[in-house]
Amino acid sequence: MKQIKVLGPGCPKCKTTYNNVLEALKQTGIEAEVTKIDDIEEMMKYNVLTTPVLMIDDKIVVKGRVADVNEIKKILLQ
Amino acid sequence: MFDWLQHFADWLIYTVLGISAQSHLGEALNFFVLDTIKIFILLMFITLLMGIINSYFPIEKVRNFLTKRKWYGLDYFVASLFGTITPFCSCSSVPLFIGFVKGGIPLGVTLAFLISSPLVDAVTVAMFIGMFGWKTTLIYVVSGIILSMVAGFILGKMKLEPLMTDWVKELLKDKKMADKEQDEMHLSIYQRFPAIIKESIGIVKGVSLYIIGGIAIGGLMHGFIPTGFFEAYISKENPFAVPIAVLVGVPMYSNTAAILPIMQVLVSKGIPLGTAIAFSMAVVGLSIPEGLLLKKVMSTKMLLIFFAVVATCIIISGYLFNIIL
Repeated sequence: MKQIKVLGPGCPKCKTTYNNVLEALKQTGIEAEVTKIDDIEEMMKYNVLTTPVLMIDDKIVVKGRVADVNEIKKILLQ
Repeated sequence: MFDWLQHFADWLIYTVLGISAQSHLGEALNFFVLDTIKIFILLMFITLLMGIINSYFPIEKVRNFLTKRKWYGLDYFVASLFGTITPFCSCSSVPLFIGFVKGGIPLGVTLAFLISSPLVDAVTVAMFIGMFGWKTTLIYVVSGIILSMVAGFILGKMKLEPLMTDWVKELLKDKKMADKEQDEMHLSIYQRFPAIIKESIGIVKGVSLYIIGGIAIGGLMHGFIPTGFFEAYISKENPFAVPIAVLVGVPMYSNTAAILPIMQVLVSKGIPLGTAIAFSMAVVGLSIPEGLLLKKVMSTKMLLIFFAVVATCIIISGYLFNIIL
């Protein structure tokens, strides 16, 4: 099962990313464990500079911007 | 450059809608149509331009660039300059702060970047060109960069490192970098272009309501406030006008999209341009929500020093603007 993490301190952009991930999973029917990391101290362990960050299986795929549902679907289906 | 647009607005309001050019309503509507279209064209163009520049200099590259060599003070300039082209959501300021300082960038340089980034951004530049023209925009951008450099330099000299919060100090003690640079999948500029366009549209969409609201209020004021109305109260000679404008602006949290259209009207009705710019800088550069975010990495004392130094620099530049402009 894929591990998906959304990093962001809880700003609107991070929430949008998180919801887009859920929507993309629903549409593709892929099962994944989605975690939202909003604690900044925790976030800094991943060495990120800009949020929101989307990680799949501990690899950063999108950072500093909101990924839309289609883009996440494409990444998931790769 | 926008003459055709003025003709269009005249035609639409005075001919098509048949509202008299002499009436308050006609004047206000004309102003609204003209400014709204102009601003949206500029906004789309400038966010695209900045998006392209930014895709060549993503924030990680800026950090590497700043840490790679000794800069002998020039790093304040580089950080302030890159701050202007690097957009980031204000909630990124904490990760950025830590990432920069942990990467070995001096605290003052990091703060210079954090000051310049919200002060000069694509939306602000587009609004300034649309509202005040190229010359004033250039003065704003250059002084925004200088202000960030100076404030960053002063803060750097104050040796505020011990005033950072404990967990940040702990984090910095651990010298080894968390892990190697994790990079987004590498794409060529052509492959990135759709994402850049999407991002621009997103930015424009995000501020569009503020712009329309700001211009609508501005349009109403434009039609109804008599010219020279404010001159009696706020003149260049009043030494307290600039500090009061800045102190009122600091706690306010808004974006330039909403504020500048109103500023433009106030200026046309007699408020000195320098005072208005200082107020705008205070509103976008410093705010209570930003302070609350930074509180995570700065002790209250450091945060107060940070705000005080930046506010003082804005007040000084407000006086300078009033002399130059």
